[in-house]
Amino acid sequence: MNTNNSVGIVAPQFFTFAQDAPMQLDSGETLGPITLAYETYGTLNQDRSNAILIVHALSGHAHAAGYLSSDEKTLGWWDDCIGPGKAFDTNKFFVICSNVVGGCQGSTGPSSINPKTGKPYGLNFPVITVGDMVRAQTHLLDHLGIEKLLAIAGGSMGGMQVLEWCARYPQRVRAALPLATTARHSPMLIAFSEVGRQAIYADPNWNRGDYYDGTRPNAGLALARMIGHITYLSEMSMHDKFGRRLEERERFGFDFETEFAIESYLRYKGERFTERFDANSYLYITKAMDYFDLCNGHRNLAAAFANSANIVYLVVSFTSDWLYPTYHSKELVSALTAVGADVSYLNIQSSWGHDAFLLEVETMTGLISNFLGRVVNEFKIMEIGN
Amino acid sequence: MINQTNLRADLRAVAELIQPGEKVLDLGCGDGILLRYLMDAKQITGRGVELSEEGVLTCVRKGVSVRQGDLHEGLGDYPDQSFDTVILSYTIPYLNDPAFIVKEMLRVGRRAIVSFPNWGHWRCRLSLLLTGRIPITPGLPQPWDTSPRARPLTIRDFGEFCERHQVRITQEIYLQGARRIPVRRDKNLRATTAIFELV
Repeated sequence: MNTNNSVGIVAPQFFTFAQDAPMQLDSGETLGPITLAYETYGTLNQDRSNAILIVHALSGHAHAAGYLSSDEKTLGWWDDCIGPGKAFDTNKFFVICSNVVGGCQGSTGPSSINPKTGKPYGLNFPVITVGDMVRAQTHLLDHLGIEKLLAIAGGSMGGMQVLEWCARYPQRVRAALPLATTARHSPMLIAFSEVGRQAIYADPNWNRGDYYDGTRPNAGLALARMIGHITYLSEMSMHDKFGRRLEERERFGFDFETEFAIESYLRYKGERFTERFDANSYLYITKAMDYFDLCNGHRNLAAAFANSANIVYLVVSFTSDWLYPTYHSKELVSALTAVGADVSYLNIQSSWGHDAFLLEVETMTGLISNFLGRVVNEFKIMEIGN
Repeated sequence: MINQTNLRADLRAVAELIQPGEKVLDLGCGDGILLRYLMDAKQITGRGVELSEEGVLTCVRKGVSVRQGDLHEGLGDYPDQSFDTVILSYTIPYLNDPAFIVKEMLRVGRRAIVSFPNWGHWRCRLSLLLTGRIPITPGLPQPWDTSPRARPLTIRDFGEFCERHQVRITQEIYLQGARRIPVRRDKNLRATTAIFELV
């Protein structure tokens, strides 16, 4: 275990709210009680002004940095960017990462026990939105005593949460970093969500979401994940990483075993995913992404940010990201410019596809730490211990 | 911190035209040195637009708000008259449609400041006459085949351009190297750099 520049071994924490009065959801339904899994790194300064909320993507979780045990495999999903001296420098900032409601990695979701029935919710879990995820996070921040975030950052679905925070709670955010994301889920993204969901529905073990007593729909969930992984790569990164290489074979077998390196990679990723993710959560979270459209109820995208012009933005896209293409970010930057917001934008040259937001560590580290440095100066944020 | 003495002469002349506390947009802001200087020395609110990734990263390192973009596609987002001054420093030779950009600058800003190296300088003229090669100005010392390609222009060209497009020149500053020279009839022969305030 490498503890250099690491936050070391961390412990997941849990916060439960909405026990007495359930939380109102965008769908009109209510949910309660709700537990959110979260982790924190670094120290909150005296006037509680150095908090940064990290929000995760579709399959992410609260464990963003450090290790859960002495096992190296328990490294957090964004450890490259969170830690002492890293992009989100835990020597300077109090970093919080919260799992989303509807998830299955410590937070209330379809696999949680429904207090009314004593059994897992399954499809009785109400449909949630990105707005609901964010509303739940405001309860967590209230609990932690943080009125205003120094910054909120996330890629992909994390970026959607960032934008939802800015649109709904602008008074609670100083700086926002929406990365490799969109202000409205595109028809192509909905199409990929739906194919993933169909893979789960088609698994006979899914049983309309009622499978917690029996065999899980792992084949369907693994297939959904394999489709997802294709969309996170790029044609070029597949060439670079796998080429036409065969795995464990010298020549073609003329059979239907796993042969090509890319096949073996996708199968491995799919199978590993079923060990940690719940198929129903996959349905609910992809649905929440599909519903995400900040234009909804507004004349145009700029109108959605009419009250969010005081936030300082850093928007980042990646040249080879075909899942959330550059023009989505440019549209966002245009809308933010139109309302007069302070927005910095860079389309980073990268061949890694959508995954680039996790992989272009060097560029991202310089960009994010310098941007946060400016925010600290402009808002005169106190140092830890002062 | 950037001070006046280590700021390039043409940028220093542009900076002198800026009043404290202005809202300034710098198009093609490069490494952000002018905006950083103005933020420190004149407490301006600065925004930059820059095409290169390297330039954007350097601006962010300097704490400058910068947006990566192509001027031809990006200016439309800025509301009318949302800046006091819009600067186009040493960028006009690279533009495909300078008339469009200058008009956009005057829509977005109360005034525009445009600076460029003068290919009408006598050394440039003599160099073409004597060597038969396309002259290189000290301000943009790049050979003709480097990218992005610059289109040479002279002070007279720009004056006629403004007339043609009904843009009013309200101030003109001419430099010979780092030294200011008086506004006289021979400016197009003597100046290496021209700086114009337009409304």
